[in-house]
Amino acid sequence: MITSAMIFGLCGAAVIGIGLYGFVIHRNLLRRVLAFNVIGSGIFLLFGAMGYRSPILGADPVPQALIITGIVVALSATALAVALVVAYARATGQSTLPEDGAEHKTEDKADER
Amino acid sequence: MKSESVTQAKKQPDMIEPLFDLILSALILATALAAVTGRQVFRSVIFFIVYGVLIAMAWLRLGALDVALVEAAIGAGLTGVLLLGALGRLKHLGQISATSLSIWFRVAMAFSAAGVSLGISWAFITLPEPVGLQAAVNTQLTIAGVENPVTAVLLNFRAWDTLLESVVLLVALIGVWSLAQNEDWGMRAGLTTHSPSDEVLTSFAQILPPVGLLVGVYLVWAGSSQPGGAFQGGTVLAAMALLIVMAGLMAPPRVGSTAVRLIVVLGPAVFLAVALTGALSGQFLTLPPAMAKALILGIELFLMLSIAATLMLLVLGPPESKAKQ
Repeated sequence: MITSAMIFGLCGAAVIGIGLYGFVIHRNLLRRVLAFNVIGSGIFLLFGAMGYRSPILGADPVPQALIITGIVVALSATALAVALVVAYARATGQSTLPEDGAEHKTEDKADER
Repeated sequence: MKSESVTQAKKQPDMIEPLFDLILSALILATALAAVTGRQVFRSVIFFIVYGVLIAMAWLRLGALDVALVEAAIGAGLTGVLLLGALGRLKHLGQISATSLSIWFRVAMAFSAAGVSLGISWAFITLPEPVGLQAAVNTQLTIAGVENPVTAVLLNFRAWDTLLESVVLLVALIGVWSLAQNEDWGMRAGLTTHSPSDEVLTSFAQILPPVGLLVGVYLVWAGSSQPGGAFQGGTVLAAMALLIVMAGLMAPPRVGSTAVRLIVVLGPAVFLAVALTGALSGQFLTLPPAMAKALILGIELFLMLSIAATLMLLVLGPPESKAKQ
């Protein structure tokens, strides 16, 4: 029989993939922060499902405690990342990082000067 | 309590529960996809909030009530507020570009990401039979001082993690504050706005906080024997404080005021003091079983205050007088 742990474990694995995809295809930094959070919560879901695979033992409290810690740390990291994005946008007028090629061009210009 | 529900689940081998899980998973995947690929950033953030609520329901299905509480409050609530706030600031700066990369790149990346997911799924399916730490936790639970195994792990068995986590919160706050402009330092936290008085928001902010305060403190108290704890309670308090600030009923605290600094440091400091006292009587971070419950509740109460204040300040962001072009 299909167990909840199996379903949500696979769901977590799929969420990680979705988050990774979003993280790579967007150049907007805020979207990357969001996608990063999606990856993180997929990992938590996978981890939590791993701790719930045995129906006799029930939910394992140790992964639960680690996940709670992880969620709070993820929020701290997100707050710092968001503050950095806003500060970056204010300093450069951009909400995306420059492409590698563009960066080289500006460097070249600087050299010419 | 948990074993009862497990046996109940075993008694009824109907198809309703797997069906519910499958539908919930489908909704989770759909909202995650919408959050990641949505055209407008605003819509993405809204889908992300919905996604967080659905994930909290998944935690309920996985028997993890404590995680569900944290996920609903932090994953869906505070992260959503944080992202919406950032979006507002970037819009103010006129900086919401939606450049995305070429279609071929996206297709290639979609296949790579699917490959990663399949690899992880394969690893998950072929995992060996679980041994679990439930037995180890349960045998030690009598000397932990609290009956909720998750709280026991957080505040006693793995207190080291929790102590460092409270320090991580503190370091993140220092990082966020250090991004303030020189001339804004010492001002009130967050972007100073003159939000038009919204009657719905104002009445919400007047009615909800007393209830929220009660719920927050109850969650910490109940956390010793039932789902709940300092993080859940602290997050509820932070949300209430944010609501009051956002409705304009109270100005956010000034960055760098001594009172704010004291509240933010109090929790980790009390935790560390208890840990060091343990070190004098034997081992760092060990709680004597006779006093464990009192010590854990004491630590949790101060931690709750610090967590609430730190989370609120993290979400408000560095002080900003006005968004400059």
